[in-house]
Amino acid sequence: MNLKNNYTVVANRQLTWKTWVMTLRGDTSAITAPGQFVNVAIPGRYLRRPISICDYSLERGEITLLYDVVGEGTADMSRWQPGQTVDMLNGLGNGFTVDREVKRPLLLGGGIGCAPLLGLARAYKVRGIEPVAILGYNTASDSFGMDRWFAELGVEAYIATVDGSVGTKGFVTDVIREKDIKGDFFHACGPMPMLRALCNGLDLPGELSIESRMGCGFGACMCCSVETKGGAKRICKDGPVFDKEELIWK
Amino acid sequence: MNNIDTKVTLSGVTLQNPVVPASGCFGFGYGMAEYYDIDCLGSISFKGTTRDPRFGNPLPRVAECYSGMINSVGLQNPGIDMVIAEELPKMRECFHQPIIANISGFSIDEYVECCSKIDKEEQVAIIELNVSCPNVHGGGMSFGTSCDSVGEVVREVKKVITKPLYVKLTPNVTDIVSIGQSAVDAGADGLCLINTMLGMRINLKTRKPVIANRMGGFSGPAVFPVAVRMVNQVAHACGVPVIGCGGVSTAKDVIEMMMAGATAVEVGAANLVNPYACKEIVESLPSEMTKYGITSLSEIIGIV
Repeated sequence: MNLKNNYTVVANRQLTWKTWVMTLRGDTSAITAPGQFVNVAIPGRYLRRPISICDYSLERGEITLLYDVVGEGTADMSRWQPGQTVDMLNGLGNGFTVDREVKRPLLLGGGIGCAPLLGLARAYKVRGIEPVAILGYNTASDSFGMDRWFAELGVEAYIATVDGSVGTKGFVTDVIREKDIKGDFFHACGPMPMLRALCNGLDLPGELSIESRMGCGFGACMCCSVETKGGAKRICKDGPVFDKEELIWK
Repeated sequence: MNNIDTKVTLSGVTLQNPVVPASGCFGFGYGMAEYYDIDCLGSISFKGTTRDPRFGNPLPRVAECYSGMINSVGLQNPGIDMVIAEELPKMRECFHQPIIANISGFSIDEYVECCSKIDKEEQVAIIELNVSCPNVHGGGMSFGTSCDSVGEVVREVKKVITKPLYVKLTPNVTDIVSIGQSAVDAGADGLCLINTMLGMRINLKTRKPVIANRMGGFSGPAVFPVAVRMVNQVAHACGVPVIGCGGVSTAKDVIEMMMAGATAVEVGAANLVNPYACKEIVESLPSEMTKYGITSLSEIIGIV
């Protein structure tokens, strides 16, 4: 399997004060599931930057990445112009599971953690399953308009903000309660306090995508290991998606 | 380029080429075999192994640096018995070259027990002793920072093994030559250097160290000149084969490290930013040799 390829930036656009969306074209054959990630080489920086795949098309050879500018590496990325060549490792990690018996999956995102839920929603739609997306942000200015992308896909989507400036005031769980949404499985990606709250508070089976600083992104260095009920696991290779029952919350 | 000879010999162990992934950057090889045929490598120094299973340090374990990185994994490994029972059989399926067994310990007894067990494994050709861990019975100071403790651990290990023993030296010392000499005087067959340099980064926003364990091992191209210098000093002073390690990323670096005195060369951090780094080095080595008028690698070892 060839992990490492060159991609061409097709578009790179600012969505909010901190979030950008980049579309790249190149070999997408390594992608096997939504929820996988790429590891992006940034000229002049040593380590690659792991970014989850927001959406992808195997037919068109296209990848969409949503990323927050949080440091020098992602600030570099935000300055890339269309036509720029980017060295990325692609199809990393296990991704979400979409082939289990599920009737109404809830896709729960927090902040930039909403990103991989779009590809996941598309995978469910292809299987004729209707998911519900609930997107949580701190405030209206953090929301990067993803509810519209879900709407374009024909997926029901709701927003929650902590300060109530848009959507339901509170967390994604408040939306579930307020709108009385009945799901039979959840997929979640977001900050650790949110994931912990979902694991402890949501009485549904589910799986969660977690993140950490990574060394390699493909299982070699053990820089992103977590202790799970099944022993030590590498977030980059055995994850980033783990079953709710596997994770240990200390 | 049929007349190009990349073979090198470490204490009677012949490697098809000098390129060896460094311990901790390649696991036990089989994971990397998903990406390319790892039989092209000279050897593999496998993940540092201790007596007991270790989860290692809390996250984050890694930090970005200029031309390098800091890691503080904390010797995560399944323990010597599981390594022999489960990791080595998986490694044997995809790798048919001599293996370098990297062994760590926190006491002399632990080193002795692990080395005597791994010595019996057929595919293990060389035992590489990581002496950068703290000695829990010696006030917590790293074995590798004192001539006496290095000498003691080497003497005790040599009593229980039959295979060549290479000591992997830490650069975090005042005089690496005297530490290397103590290892050789105690019976080490060769030396491997350098292990990572202690480093630290601070997150200005959180006002905390980036690494949860505060500090970690600095590696990558930034340390290459330090490694070349230390290899040069040690190789000329100690009179045993040296495995050069530290920031090697290209075939040109391999040649430079060998001219400095290395018989074989370990590649560490480069594997983490490019999973194909070792393969690319092996493939480009013959043409790079030709460029510098080298027909046999063994003829350039320590010529500087």
